[in-house]
Amino acid sequence: MSNGGGSYNAQNDSRAGSTGEPDMGTEPTGGFFSADYKKHDDLKQMLDSNKDNLKLEAMKRIVGMVAKGKDASDLFAAVVKNVVSKNIEVKKLVYVYLVRYAEEQQDLALLSIATFQRALKDPNQLIRASALRVLSSIRVPVIVPIMMLALKDSVVDMSPYVRKTAAHAIPKLYSLDPEQKDQLIQVIEKLLADKTTLVVGSAVMAFEELCPDRVDLIHKNYRKLCNLLVDVEEWGQVVIINMLTRYARTQFLDPNQQDVVADDDKNFYGDEDEKDSEEEEEDEEKEKTPPKKPYMMDPDHRLLLRNTKPLLQSRNAAVVMAVAQLYHHIAPKSEVGLVAKALVRLLRSHREIQHVVLSNVATLTTIRKGMFEPYLKSFFVRPSDPIHVRTLKLEILTNLATETSISTILREFQTYVTSSDKDFVAATIQAIGRCASSISEVTETCLNGLVGLLSNRNEYVVAESVVVIKKLLQMQPDSHSEIIQHMAKLADTITVPMARASILWMVGEYSDRVPKIAPDLLRKMAKNFINEEDIVKLQILNLAAKLCITNPKQTKLLCQYVLNLAKYDQNYDIRDRARFIRQLVSPAGEKGALGKHAKKIFLASKPAPVLDSSFKDRDQWQLGSLSHMINQRASGYSPLPDFPATAPDPTVRNVEVNPWQQVPMPWAEKTHKKKAGKPKKEAFYSDEEEESESESDSEESSSSSSESGSESESEDDSKSESGSDKEEKKSDEEAESSSSSSSESESSSESDSDSDSESEPDTKPQKKTPPPKSKSSAKPKKEAKQEVSLLDLEDIDMSSTSAPVPTPASALDVLSPSLASDLQGLSINDKKDTAISVTTPMFVSTTSHELLHRMTGEGLAANYRFTRGTCIYSTSMVPVELTFTNHTDSPVSNIRIGEKKLQAGMTLQEFPEIPTLPGGGSMSVSIGIDFKDTIQPANFQICTQDRKYNVSIKPPVGELLQAVTMSEADFTAQQSKLTGMNENSGKASIPSQHNNSKTITSRISELANVAPVFSSQDGLYRFAGKTVSGGTLLLVTVKVGEDNSASITVNCEKMAICSMLVKEVKQKLSQA
Amino acid sequence: MIHSLFMINSAGDIFMEKHWKSVISRSVCDYFFEEQQKANSPEDVNPVISTPHHYLIHIYRENIYFVAVCTTEVPPLFVIEFLHRVVDTFTDYFGDGGETAIKDNYVIVYELLEEMLDNGFPLATESNILKELIKPPNILRTVVNTVTGSSNLADTLPTGQLSNVPWRRAGVKYTNNEAYFDVIEEIDAIIDKQGSTVFADIQGVIDCCVKLSGMPDLTLSFMNPRILDDVSFHPCVRFKRWESERVLSFVPPDGNFRLISYHVGSQNMVAIPVYVKPNISFREGGGRFDVTVGPKQTMGKLVESVVITCAMPKVVLNMNLTPTQGTYTFDPVAKVLTWDVGKINPQKLPNLRGNISLQSGSPPPESNPAISVQFKIQQMAVSGLKVNRLDMYGEKYKPFKGVKYLTKAGNFQVRT
Repeated sequence: MSNGGGSYNAQNDSRAGSTGEPDMGTEPTGGFFSADYKKHDDLKQMLDSNKDNLKLEAMKRIVGMVAKGKDASDLFAAVVKNVVSKNIEVKKLVYVYLVRYAEEQQDLALLSIATFQRALKDPNQLIRASALRVLSSIRVPVIVPIMMLALKDSVVDMSPYVRKTAAHAIPKLYSLDPEQKDQLIQVIEKLLADKTTLVVGSAVMAFEELCPDRVDLIHKNYRKLCNLLVDVEEWGQVVIINMLTRYARTQFLDPNQQDVVADDDKNFYGDEDEKDSEEEEEDEEKEKTPPKKPYMMDPDHRLLLRNTKPLLQSRNAAVVMAVAQLYHHIAPKSEVGLVAKALVRLLRSHREIQHVVLSNVATLTTIRKGMFEPYLKSFFVRPSDPIHVRTLKLEILTNLATETSISTILREFQTYVTSSDKDFVAATIQAIGRCASSISEVTETCLNGLVGLLSNRNEYVVAESVVVIKKLLQMQPDSHSEIIQHMAKLADTITVPMARASILWMVGEYSDRVPKIAPDLLRKMAKNFINEEDIVKLQILNLAAKLCITNPKQTKLLCQYVLNLAKYDQNYDIRDRARFIRQLVSPAGEKGALGKHAKKIFLASKPAPVLDSSFKDRDQWQLGSLSHMINQRASGYSPLPDFPATAPDPTVRNVEVNPWQQVPMPWAEKTHKKKAGKPKKEAFYSDEEEESESESDSEESSSSSSESGSESESEDDSKSESGSDKEEKKSDEEAESSSSSSSESESSSESDSDSDSESEPDTKPQKKTPPPKSKSSAKPKKEAKQEVSLLDLEDIDMSSTSAPVPTPASALDVLSPSLASDLQGLSINDKKDTAISVTTPMFVSTTSHELLHRMTGEGLAANYRFTRGTCIYSTSMVPVELTFTNHTDSPVSNIRIGEKKLQAGMTLQEFPEIPTLPGGGSMSVSIGIDFKDTIQPANFQICTQDRKYNVSIKPPVGELLQAVTMSEADFTAQQSKLTGMNENSGKASIPSQHNNSKTITSRISELANVAPVFSSQDGLYRFAGKTVSGGTLLLVTVKVGEDNSASITVNCEKMAICSMLVKEVKQKLSQA
Repeated sequence: MIHSLFMINSAGDIFMEKHWKSVISRSVCDYFFEEQQKANSPEDVNPVISTPHHYLIHIYRENIYFVAVCTTEVPPLFVIEFLHRVVDTFTDYFGDGGETAIKDNYVIVYELLEEMLDNGFPLATESNILKELIKPPNILRTVVNTVTGSSNLADTLPTGQLSNVPWRRAGVKYTNNEAYFDVIEEIDAIIDKQGSTVFADIQGVIDCCVKLSGMPDLTLSFMNPRILDDVSFHPCVRFKRWESERVLSFVPPDGNFRLISYHVGSQNMVAIPVYVKPNISFREGGGRFDVTVGPKQTMGKLVESVVITCAMPKVVLNMNLTPTQGTYTFDPVAKVLTWDVGKINPQKLPNLRGNISLQSGSPPPESNPAISVQFKIQQMAVSGLKVNRLDMYGEKYKPFKGVKYLTKAGNFQVRT
C-alpha cells in the first residue's frame, strides 16, 4: 500500500519536476508560499522513502528553494538523515543544504558529523576533500576540535587536492574560533612549504587571511613561490603576486631611491639580454661588493620581477592587473613602462573590466605620464562606451595631454562636444578647461573654443562652458574684457543657476574691466532677485557688495535694495549673508572698524583654482585594490609599507640547495644555454665527455658495465663540478653559494684543461664534433634511435661513430616539442653528444608471475617472467619469458598463441608453436611485447590443440624500461631538460635498517630496470633508464635526508610513467 | 573573498542566491537597485558599489546582473573576472547563460557554483575539470536520468585536477582526430566625417576546436610571427618558447578554446576594407539621409554580411528610406536604424536614401549620429598573419588539420 502511494507520488512529482522546475521564479510568490506548506509534507515523505530517485527529486526541489532564498529550514531533520545516502548526487545536494542551514540547527547538524569523519578516511580523495569542505563549512562552533584534527590530517594527505581543500578550511576555522590562530599558523607554515602548484595558491590565500604580517613564514618559500608562479592556477597567481608585492616592500630596497644611480642602472637593467646583466650581477656578488656601492638590486628582487613578467600575457585580467601593480610598486622606474601594453590590451575586454582597468590607468597617468602616451588613441571615446567608461577615458586623455599631443586631443574633444549625451559633453568641456590650464600654449585656443561654445544651442553646453571659462579667466584675468562682456550679455538668456552664478561672480570680480556693463547687470538681477535660485542670489549679493565698493555712485541704492530683498529671504544663509554685507558696505551708523577694510576683504586677489585630476589622491591606495576603486579604505585593507631604509638580511631566503629542485621553470633552460661566455666551456666539456665516454666504453666492451663507472670516476668528478656549476648559473637564486662555487668551477675547468692536453685548443672540439650540423636539431634523439636499432651489436659507442645511419622517418614525430625546442636552440658550440648507452640490467628477477593457473588451464599452467634483456625480435619490445608446465599425465600438443586483443599500437611477437609438451614436463619460450610505454595489459589467447584460454600480461611500470648508463654531468643536463610537467616527485621515509646505499640501489633496480649513475654526493642516488618502446629517457633521483626521509624525483617525458614510478619507488623504499 | 552571489534579472527580481560563507540578507541588493535607478541604461551602472558594510561588485551579461557581495578588501578585477568565468561556464554548459537556462538547470547551476568557489575562493574553474565533476546536461542524459534515476555527477575523481596539465583530462579518445584553427581578426576603427582614419587597429584571436586522442603536443608556427605585437595566451601555451622562437607550443585542452588573442602592432598600417559615405542633414521638422557603402582595400575578397546601424537622435520620429540593396528597419522606440546590406557589389554600390521625419515642434538635433558598420571577409586575415604549419608530437596518428581565416569589423565607427 505504502509502496503504491510512493510510486504515485513519484509520478506526480516527476511531472511536477519536469514541468514545475523550469518555472521556478516565474510562479507568483504568493501562490508559491501557500503551496509551500503542503509541499513540505510531500518532500518529507519523499526524503523518508527508500528510493534514491524520490530522494533526489525531493532534494532538487529543496535546493531550488534554497536557491530562491526561500526558507527550507523546517526540513532539516528530514534532510540530514540522508547524509549517509549512497547516491552521490543526493549526498552532494544534502551537503549544499547542510552548509546553508547547519548554523541555524546546530544540534541536528551534529548528527551528520560522524559521517564526515568516516568520509575523511575514504580512499577516494574526492570524497575526502568534499567531506573536509563540508565539515569546515557548517559553522558549528562545537566541532572546532574535530575540525582541527581533520585539518591536521589533511595537510599531510597524499592528494594535493585534499591539501588544497585543507588550505581553504583554515580561514573558515579561524573565523569560527579565532583562538585557534596559533595552531592554524603552524598548519599554514606546513602548507606554504608544499611544492605542488595546486596547493601553494590556496596556502598563500590562507596566509593572507590569517597572518599577513608574518613575513618570516615567507622567507624560506620566497624563491620557490617565485619559481612556481607561472604554473600556479590563475587565482592563486593573483593572491601570490599581491602578497609578494607587500613582501618585496618590506624586504628590498627602493629601486628608485637614488635617481641618479637609477639612471645609471637603466642600461644595465633595461638591457635586452637580461641574462647578461644577471651574470654581471653574479660577478658583482662574487667580488663581494659591499652594499655601500650605489644601489644594487637584490637578486631575489630581480627574480620576482623576472618571473612575474610573463604573466602580463595571461588571459586573466586580474593576473595582468596584479603584475601591473607589482611593477608599479616595486620595479625600477625604467621597467614599469612594459605593463602599459598589457593594460591597454585589457581594454578590449568586458565592460566591467574596462572600467576597473581604466580607473587604475587614470591613477597611473597622474604619476607616470609617459607610460601611456604611445597608446593615446586607445583611449579615444566611442559612442558605444557606457558613461562611466567614457568619463574615465576623458580623465585619462586629459592626464596624458602634453604640448605635442594636445592638438590631437583637442580635435577629439571637439567631436565629443557634439555628442548627444549632455553629461558627457559637460565632462568634455571640463576636460578642455583642464587641458587649457595645464598647458599654457593652448590656453588661448581653448578659451576661444569655449567661447565659441557659448553660442551653442544647448543650454547645458553653454552653462558648462561659462563655468569653465570662469575658472580659466581667473588664472589670467588680464585682457579678456571682451569675453567678460560677452558673458555678461549671456546673463540675459542663460537659465542654468550655476552658470548665472559664475557670470555674476566674474563680472563682480572684474568689474573694473567692464565698468559700464556691471551696474546694468546688477540692475537687471535686482529686478528678478526673488525668482532666482539660492546660489544665484548669493552671487547677486556678492556683485552688489563689490560694485558698491568700487562704484558707489551708481550702485549704492541698488545695493541697498538688494540687501533689503535679501533680508526677507526664506533662506537663512542668504539672510545671514545680507546682514554681514550690510555691516561691511554700508553700516547704519559711522563706519565700523570692518568697513575700512571692506575693499581688502572683497577685492582681494583670489588664487586661481587648480584643476587637478580627481585621481591624484588615489595614489595612496595600492593599485588594483578595492580601496583604490572606491577611493576609501575598504575593511581589511592594509596599506603597502614603504621600502625599508636599509635592506634586511637577504640570507634569510637561502634554502638548502638541491640542484635539481632548483632548476627553474621548464622553459627557462633554453635561454640559459645562450649565455655569453658559456659556449666555449660547453664545447670543452662536451669534448671531454666524448673523450671519457670512448674511454670508458672501450673498457666496457671488454668488461662489465658496472666497472665503467669507476673507470671514469676521475673525470666524473670534475664534470660533476662543472655540472653543478651549470646548475647554479641556471638557478640564479643562490646568490650566496654561487659566488664560492663559480670560482671553484673556474679553477676546476682550468685544471682540467691542463691535464687534458688534447682539448687544449678551443677550436678543436668544434672540428671534432660530427659533421651533420644541419641536422643538429634532431641529433641527440637520432642517436638514441640508432642505439636502439643497433642494439644487437652490443654497446657500440654511438657517440664516436660518425657514420650516418639513416634515421627512421618517425624519429621526428616522437620527438617531444619541448625537447625539440631545446635542441633547436642549441648552437653548434654547445651541442653535446649525450653519451647514453644501453647497459645490462643490474638485477634480473627470478620470480615469475602467473599467466594461466593450472586449474583453469586444465592441467596446463603458464608463468611469465620479465627477463630484462634485449628482445630478440625487436628493440622496441619487452622480452617476456613464458614457461609452460604440464601438470597432467597426458601430453598437451600444439601450444601456441591464438587471437590477440591488443591495444592500438601494441604488438606482440609470438613464440614458435610448441608441438607437444609431455605430461609433467615444462618448457620455456620467449615472446616480445611492444607495450608502447603504457601499462595497458596485453590480452591474448593461449591455444592448445583443443582449448583456448584468455590470458593477459600486465607489465609493472619498471619493466617498461631499459637500463642505460650515463655520466653524472649528462644526467644533470638531461634532468634539467625534463622539468615542469615532466618531473614528478614524492617523499618516502626509509626504515633506518634499510637506509644504506646497497639496499636502496638494489631495491630500485629490483623495481625497475634502471642502472645506477655515479653520484658525487652522499645520500644522493641516481638511476637512468629509457623506455623500451619509445626510447625516451627516464631519470630517477633519490635523495636521502637526515631523518631517513627520502625525496624521490623521476624525470621522464612520459608523464604517466613518471607518476607511476614515483609511487612505486615510494612504496618500495618505505617497505620495512 | 566572494561572500555571496545574487542573480537579478532585468525586471529586478532576485531569482537566485548563493552564499559561500554565512548568509547575507538579500536586502543588501537594495543599494544596488538604488544605483541601478540612477543609471540611464543597464550598462551604465557602476560595477563597484560601496555600501556601509558590504561591497557590491557586479557584471551585467545576458540581461542578468550577477552581483557578488564582498565584505573585505579584494582586487575588484579578481571578482569581475571570476563572475565572467562563471557566466562563460554556464554558456558552455547550457548553450546560453540567460535567465531561462539558469532557471531550467538550477540544480546544475548550484552544483557548479558550489564547485567553483570554496569559502569564496575559486576552486575549480577550468571547464574541462568541471565537466568531469558535473556532467553537462544533454537530452539523452536527461532521459536516461529520468528513467534510471542516475545522477549528473561523476563519481570518479577528475584526473585533470591532479595532473600537471590541469586543462586537459586524460584518456580522451576520438575516432576522427581533427584540429581546426580559426584565425579571426577584428578591425577597430574610428573614421571621421571626411573618411580619414582617426584610429584603427587590429585585434585577433585564434579559436581552436581540437578533438585529438591521447596527450598530443602541438606546435603551431606562423610565417610572419613578428607582426604580433601584444599577445595573451591560454595557460597551455609555453611562454618561453614563444619568447625565444615565436612558435606556439602547447598541449591543447579538449574541445573548443581560445588559444591566443593578439594585437597587431600599431606601426603596421591598417587596411580599411570598406568606406561609408554618409550624408545626413537635419532641418526643422525633417531631414535627409543618404548613405553609400563601398569596398576600399579588400585584397580582392568579397565583403559580406555588411550591416549598418545608426542610433538616431531621440527627436527622430520615423524614417522613410529606399535601399538599392538589402533591407532596412527602423525601430521607432529605440530610434535605431539597421540596414542589412549583405554583400557589397563593387559595380553597383549599395545606397540607402530617403527622408527623416522629426517630432514637430522640437528643434532639429545639432549633431549627426555616428554610424557603426559590421562586415565579414572570409579567407583573409587583414593583418596578413599566416599559419605556417602545425606539428603534432606525442601521439602516433595523423590528425586532420584545418585553418580558417576571417576578418570582421570589431568596433568600427564612422563619425558623421
